[in-house]
Amino acid sequence: MSATTTRDERYLMDRDRVLGPLFLLPAVVYILALVGLPLVLAVLYAFSDVTVADPRISGRDDFVGFDNFRAIWSDNVFRKALRNTVVFTLISQVIVLLLANILAMVLSADFHGKRLVRFLVLLPWTTPVALGVLGWFWMLDSVYSPIDWMMREVGLLGPDTPFGPARNMYWLGTTHLAQGAVILVHVWRTLPLATVILLAGLTAIPQDIRDAADIDGAGFWRQLFYIRLPLLLPIMAVALLFAIIFAFTDLTIALVLTRGGPVNDTQVLASWAYFKGIQGGNLAQGAAIALFLLPVLVAIAIAMLRLARRAGEETA
Amino acid sequence: MKHPTFRTDRDTMARVETRNLVKQFTASGAPAVNGISLQTTDGEFLVLLGPSGCGKTTLLRMIGGLEKPTSGDILIGDRVVNDLPPRARQIAMVFQSYALYPHMNVRNNISFPLKAAKLDKAAIEQKVQWASSILGIDQLLDRKPRQLSGGQRQRVALARALVREPNVFLLDEPLSNLDAQRRASARDELQVFQHEIGTTTIYVTHDQVEAMGLGDRIAVINDGTIRQLGTPHEIYEDPADTFVATFLGSPPMNLVERDGDLVGFRPEAVELVPPEHGDASSWLHLTLAEAREEYLGSEKLIYGEIDGVRVVARVHAGTPMPAHEGGKIPITVNRAALRIFDKDSGLRRQPASDSVSASPAEEASA
Ligand SMILES: Nc1ncnc2c1ncn2[C@@H]1O[C@H](COP(=O)(O)OP(=O)(O)O)[C@@H](O)[C@H]1O
Ligand SMILES: [Mg+2]
Repeated sequence: MSATTTRDERYLMDRDRVLGPLFLLPAVVYILALVGLPLVLAVLYAFSDVTVADPRISGRDDFVGFDNFRAIWSDNVFRKALRNTVVFTLISQVIVLLLANILAMVLSADFHGKRLVRFLVLLPWTTPVALGVLGWFWMLDSVYSPIDWMMREVGLLGPDTPFGPARNMYWLGTTHLAQGAVILVHVWRTLPLATVILLAGLTAIPQDIRDAADIDGAGFWRQLFYIRLPLLLPIMAVALLFAIIFAFTDLTIALVLTRGGPVNDTQVLASWAYFKGIQGGNLAQGAAIALFLLPVLVAIAIAMLRLARRAGEETA
Repeated sequence: MKHPTFRTDRDTMARVETRNLVKQFTASGAPAVNGISLQTTDGEFLVLLGPSGCGKTTLLRMIGGLEKPTSGDILIGDRVVNDLPPRARQIAMVFQSYALYPHMNVRNNISFPLKAAKLDKAAIEQKVQWASSILGIDQLLDRKPRQLSGGQRQRVALARALVREPNVFLLDEPLSNLDAQRRASARDELQVFQHEIGTTTIYVTHDQVEAMGLGDRIAVINDGTIRQLGTPHEIYEDPADTFVATFLGSPPMNLVERDGDLVGFRPEAVELVPPEHGDASSWLHLTLAEAREEYLGSEKLIYGEIDGVRVVARVHAGTPMPAHEGGKIPITVNRAALRIFDKDSGLRRQPASDSVSASPAEEASA
């Protein structure tokens, strides 16, 4: 063995300069292949004239500039989808934030069967989205909806009743009910995660701080608005960031529950991109629709991270 | 620190009393507080002293209403407050962590209890000024807690406790997060402060120096029971049992076995030079084996063994080591300085003075 070999480089496991890149490689490959490449393709597609029948970009004349964006912008359905995406997200997140706060407070209290209730609350999050949405699809079925059945039983639905005379509500068949249903399922879906995040935030508030507030004579509401909520703000921003991005990009709910209907009234950008690009075959416009989300999401993410950091400094 | 005029028109002076207070956290384990009865006087500075985990904080939290006693009564100003929530007890508490509200500036931290009490704006402002000038933090009112040093945080916590003009202060190791130097001056300030406002104060610490320096009286606690309650002088000079004897003093009291009893004497009671006329009736003669010395500047410590038990003597640094053969040196202790303890129970025999003693045995019969 040569004398110049340093002791600590004899084994592979001791060579940081080799090991570092080696361990990072899978992550880099993963991100490039599954995030980077599709993103680049999407951008290329959005500025080209590719279709499902002719997906090749072979030369300069395949690029059409902003034509796709102009085309989708002038499309009424796109505008509807854009408005729906924003409205559904905002409404559902306001509800989620409200309910998650209440739920987290309740669950942080000591009571019998707390573990079971926590488990039940988390359940929707563990269900695959498509499966959960299928469940709702059945719950809201135009003929066999159990909700309708219950309403009929208690005399809310049917001839000579407040919601009658029809025997069904047609939850997914009328504009406002269908939109409400989509929002409801969004709430059902994101509430568990938001609750758990907030619960973690609540638990992280030191016992001493709550005790001090007790000693200082602050009642429930004063503690809530002056101590708990301000201290929860950073983690609430994180929960909201997650939930907004989930809600904004969600395809499954609109696709499985309503297929965008009735008459595109529950169409969102993600589902419209799917219908246009994959089902309609217009890959280029589909990509343009999907890309429309990107700057918004980036802006939201940056804003939220900033907020979280600022609030984090406050409490540090 | 400046000391502007204090409000002295307190409507209620408060005595705190606990009667046979017990707190059992888990059904199986030993109680954290096991039958503690104590009583403060008006305006007293009472220190709860004991090793970590002995139940001091639990006792304090029960007095403050943050913890429900398993059994026993708590009285504040002669009223049983067991079922009163903390805010109805007219107490203020300073936590070991200070528990400042991290998102509020100093002004809002201090005024928080006043806002909760729905005082009007002018009164709040005036009280904040008053408390912050007493504690010398009026320059810091717009800072956030994270922008403060440990000592400043401690003052803010005190100010927040002070503005409410409580009947009782409860302090849980408020100086333990300060560095040694700052702690000594804070201790001094705290004492001056407490004497001026004259509010009954219960102060928890595991630091005997703090306890001796601050307390009007000290309650020495171990394993959830009071071992002794008395003035610092009584506790030090006339320990009720071997626990108190060895918990206080640094180095603590020496305990050697003689005639079936434990004989205790303080390191500073040891004489290296045998006194003239040192007859055995007033002086105890002992031989220290394996003696070695540790020079500490103003004094020195002599370590050694008697019958295999470690013994420490403290003498002036200038005292010459006596000639010794094989590490053995003769020492003498005035019999007046001896404290005799029962070997089995550890309790003091023939108490030398009328020190208030609350040893476990007496508690049980009370
Ligand atoms: N909330 C609690 N639940 C269970 N055990 C506790 C709780 N608080 C304190 N204890 C136990 O009670 C004993 C006394 O604790 P504490 O009063 O904090 O001691 P000290 O303040 O003297 O260090 C310890 O053994 C501790 O583990
Ligand atoms: Mg403690």
